[in-house]
Amino acid sequence: MRNLTFAALISVFSVFSTLAIAAGPSSKLDTVDIDLTDKASLQRGAHTFVNYCLSCHGASLMRYNRMAKDLGLTDDQVAENLMFATDKIGDTMQIAMRAEDAKRWFGVVPPDLSVIARARGTDWLYTYLRTFYLDESRPMGTNNLAFKDVGMPHVLWEQQGYQAIDEYGHLSVEQEGALTPRQYDMMSRDLVNFLAYISEPSKLQRLALGKWVLLYLAIFFVIALALKKAYWKDVH
Amino acid sequence: MSMMDWIDARFPATKMWKEHISEYYAPKNFNFWYYFGSLALLILVLQIITGIFLTMNYKPDAELAFASVEYIMRDVEWGWLIRYLHSTGASAFFVVIYLHMFRGLMYGSYKQPRELIWIFGMLLYVVLMAEAFMGYLLPWGQMSYWGAQVIISLFGALPVIGEDLALWIRGDYVVADATLNRFFAMHVIALPIVLLGLVAAHILALHEVGSNNPDGVDIKKNKDANGKPVDGIPFHPYYTVKDLVGVVVFLFIFSLVLFYMPEFGGWFLEKDNFIPADPLKTPEHIVPLWYFTPFYAILRAVPDKLFGVIAMGLAIVVLFLLPWLDRSRTRSIRYRGPYFRIALVVFVISFLALGYLGTQPATFLYTLMAQIFTVLYFAFFLLMPIYTKFDKDKPVPERVTTK
Repeated sequence: MRNLTFAALISVFSVFSTLAIAAGPSSKLDTVDIDLTDKASLQRGAHTFVNYCLSCHGASLMRYNRMAKDLGLTDDQVAENLMFATDKIGDTMQIAMRAEDAKRWFGVVPPDLSVIARARGTDWLYTYLRTFYLDESRPMGTNNLAFKDVGMPHVLWEQQGYQAIDEYGHLSVEQEGALTPRQYDMMSRDLVNFLAYISEPSKLQRLALGKWVLLYLAIFFVIALALKKAYWKDVH
Repeated sequence: MSMMDWIDARFPATKMWKEHISEYYAPKNFNFWYYFGSLALLILVLQIITGIFLTMNYKPDAELAFASVEYIMRDVEWGWLIRYLHSTGASAFFVVIYLHMFRGLMYGSYKQPRELIWIFGMLLYVVLMAEAFMGYLLPWGQMSYWGAQVIISLFGALPVIGEDLALWIRGDYVVADATLNRFFAMHVIALPIVLLGLVAAHILALHEVGSNNPDGVDIKKNKDANGKPVDGIPFHPYYTVKDLVGVVVFLFIFSLVLFYMPEFGGWFLEKDNFIPADPLKTPEHIVPLWYFTPFYAILRAVPDKLFGVIAMGLAIVVLFLLPWLDRSRTRSIRYRGPYFRIALVVFVISFLALGYLGTQPATFLYTLMAQIFTVLYFAFFLLMPIYTKFDKDKPVPERVTTK
């Protein structure tokens, strides 16, 4: 048992890590340029999130009223437009779907998305949202370039439409959606922006505070250095 | 009678202040490398204070731990700052400690009569590694969980008692709630007490024999009429104001990381640790924390698992033996011969290379490189009695040198 566990663990990192290197970082990721200070983008992302994601994926560490405050919305605006699962503004973004049902329907429990942007990275999320393609072999009829054999169906198909894959792995439009590709990219970007925001709501606070701390330390450095020189002038 | 006299008649406050601060004579030629001792002390205090506040909101329960850390990050006032101070502080601690240890190697600070300072320091290093390892389990993310799983399973490689020992450490057959609870207890109370005791011993031993310096000169040999070392200056105010400058520079760099890159590209906070621990799903790439990777590389370099674990342990043990492996009478690298200088360069390269290789997948080439650097790592220590004995050291000056 001991040997087995050990061998299994060692082989898991060596084999998987070798595979990961061999396969490269799961093909190339598209890059997304998000802006956490763009409140309009975050609000649009929040809208997409609560309408399309929040039925299966929770964000159980994120509170509605915190979101209201950070996105420049009033509690009432959030309650009326973005809050369907609860009537308490202080609640976190929970879902009603039970884990065992999810397991039966999708084969996996959809992960909570509170910190997904920190686990996966924003580029990965952006690529993931944009690279669903038709694949008959999958139970949901779609597959994904960023997340091979993903259990999640292409939820945003009405917006993006469906894409087909050729033998070189290139995607092309098979069925047009309600949005143009550019509009869909913007929608994805806004959603990724929102996911990045909920993964670390305090990020803007820390960036804002950081420069003052550094400025203080820079000024204090001049004083500390002058003090040191004054005390040390007679040490030779 | 003043208030201070009243106290001094009952408690040696003034005596201690003089002995350790205002009349502790330190060599006047300390350079850049002498900032890291006081910085380590600063970080220890920082970790303890931020740790106390984290403990007020953290829940050591496998069901609640992950969310409680995010609760601190979101709902606790200034919680994100306290948490990032602690997580960045952990890595900063090792940066500072490694530089502090390297200073000791360069200037022979482990040599007679400072062997016990070195031993206490090494014990601090080992306890600090345990402290960091156990602390890293607490966020209960995937890397916390699987990192602990792998490291604890190493104990299972020991003959006869191995498996029972691993079981005893975990308190369960896998890393589980029981493990989290005991690691929490060790991390927040048991090991910090040991650390504080060892720090006291480390500093008392230092103040008993006096500080070494970049010239490796014994300043107590040259005293003035009052019995004060000619090349010594009182720690306070000279080194308190000098260390203050070091503290500000350190805090500047520390704040850059803390406010602008607290994950430090995944080295301080790993991406996978933002996924809650899942005993059924092994992450693709389990990498230990960066400060353990040299030893992890040594472990993997040895084909046999038992000997790998032994090699990893010995890599620490040989550091303890340094004062007795070094046969040269010269302390500082400034006056040591070419053999030691070359050996130290090779050692530093090997240590850094092993650190890098420990983060990489164990491919054939990387494993071969890790084996070469492991041999060089041990050669530095095991050949030391020979090359230091025959080295062509230069004469050491009578007095410290200053620019």
